[in-house]
Amino acid sequence: MVEITPGKAYGFFTDTSVCIGCKACEVACKAWNELPGDEPSFGDGYDNTGQLDAQNWRHVQFIDNVPDATSVAGQGKAWLMMSDVCKHCTHASCLEVCPTGAIIRTEFDSVFIQPDVCNGCRDCIAACPYGVIEMNAETKVAQKCTLCYDRLQGGLEPACAKACPTQSIQFGPVIELRERAQQRVDVLHAQGVTEARLYGADDDVYGGLNAFFLLMDEPEKYNLPSAKDAVLPSRNNAGGYLATLFTAALGVIGGLIALRRRRERPADEPVAGVEE
Amino acid sequence: MPEPVEHFARDPEWTWYILFYFFFAGLSGGSYFLASLLRINGNRLDEPAARLGYYVAFLALLPCPVLLTLDLGQPLRFWHMLVNTTPGHEGLAFKYWSPMSVGAWALVVFGAIATVSVIEAWLSGRRDPDRASLLRDGVPGKVWTVVGGLFGLFVASYTGVLLAVSNQPVWSDTWLLGGLFLASALSGSVALLGWLASSRRDARASAPVFVRAERFYPALEVALLVVFVVTLIPAGALGQAFGFPWILLWLVALVGLVPGLTGRFAAQPAVAGRGEVAVGSAVATVATLVVLLGVLALRAAVIFSAQ
Repeated sequence: MVEITPGKAYGFFTDTSVCIGCKACEVACKAWNELPGDEPSFGDGYDNTGQLDAQNWRHVQFIDNVPDATSVAGQGKAWLMMSDVCKHCTHASCLEVCPTGAIIRTEFDSVFIQPDVCNGCRDCIAACPYGVIEMNAETKVAQKCTLCYDRLQGGLEPACAKACPTQSIQFGPVIELRERAQQRVDVLHAQGVTEARLYGADDDVYGGLNAFFLLMDEPEKYNLPSAKDAVLPSRNNAGGYLATLFTAALGVIGGLIALRRRRERPADEPVAGVEE
Repeated sequence: MPEPVEHFARDPEWTWYILFYFFFAGLSGGSYFLASLLRINGNRLDEPAARLGYYVAFLALLPCPVLLTLDLGQPLRFWHMLVNTTPGHEGLAFKYWSPMSVGAWALVVFGAIATVSVIEAWLSGRRDPDRASLLRDGVPGKVWTVVGGLFGLFVASYTGVLLAVSNQPVWSDTWLLGGLFLASALSGSVALLGWLASSRRDARASAPVFVRAERFYPALEVALLVVFVVTLIPAGALGQAFGFPWILLWLVALVGLVPGLTGRFAAQPAVAGRGEVAVGSAVATVATLVVLLGVLALRAAVIFSAQ
């Protein structure tokens, strides 16, 4: 049982190498947060929830990586399964752009959307690089994983971590989780599983993710931006305003030239619809 | 130039309300700026056209707050853009690094400025034109006009910066949208004001100014469009921005630049009979509509192609 103390950073370490795709996390999340869920859709794979959205705050990705030659050992890569969730980024794009202050950082260092403050402008949806946030069709506000904020306040660990039967989802203080994750990677590397890697455990990705992952392939394979692509929306503020300022200066100059020429040539060219 | 980024962001579903807000905000800000320019650097004969600009700025601004409010999931919480209601953090909500937050405040300030200006324009149009006006003459008048013009430029352009400050493909792959939207807003505003000025006896003296400006702003827009395309190439976003069916919207936007670039007014005969004037007016009206449709199409292409 993890002792939960306000003022400390808590999060998830999701070890995809032991995820069996049982979706207990999805069910537990829906049960605790009273999310009715979307209509299931059945395609080629085992994924019937499709994506993280307003109804799915946990989503188990099933990435079919089965090699054509069945004699090759899978090494944990034949099916890439990952229980995806809000990353509760240290430098969170959604929190950065939110104009209302509805998105806050809690006393547990998680990123939380206050449903009574959000007005549904959807700027956070355009900003989140993980496609985590969506508008709830009923409440008409943006929603995502809360890291079970209400459970943490009551000293309980998040429902998904509690339900996970393989300890693929581990909850705890972020510092401890990072140490545990590094040990796990070292073990896997020693076993010859060299493709195992951590994603978001250090500050390369958005200053560090409070919900970080052990992956068995490139981040892009799991629809996660690489460290190079993990950029904040505000990167375009300076360039955007400078380009606008430059255009505005040209706009002023153009207007002044138009006025000056008229002064130089008072008898100007005719105008459509004007009787000279 | 921004580094190419692989995007996994979800669409914000900003559609029709936002499109028309961008359109009207552009026309309002652009018209206010042109009116202010006429007041600051024009002569006494330009005053009727300047007043016309303030009328257009105010009228185009009227639908803006309505459109923005209707687009919200919770329209009755529109004021949360300005006031933070988070327990323990009550106060004004302002983030200089969030263009949506800055834009909300700019719209409030510009709304007040445009409202005062239109009242002043209406009053000064009804009294002796030589009578001094606090908001037009002297240092206070100049300061008011310049500040209002700057806010007009901001309202016409910040929407492009707002799109760029995201993680959406196309939008965040370029830093040029603010400039492009501004040039497009000025193209549309100058065409609209030029058309209105030419049809009003008291404002005709300023029509030649609009004719010349009408050539400059579309040319600026073309140049920025070229740079926009160049900025999208390294991001690999050209296909998404200009693929079918968005290419049709871009074509409409380009056609909208033709009347200004070719000088639709100057093409009219110097000495026109009554019938020729009627034809010229019809051509000018159609040309103005084509320009405005182009302004709308450009914004539609940018907004919809990325989502």
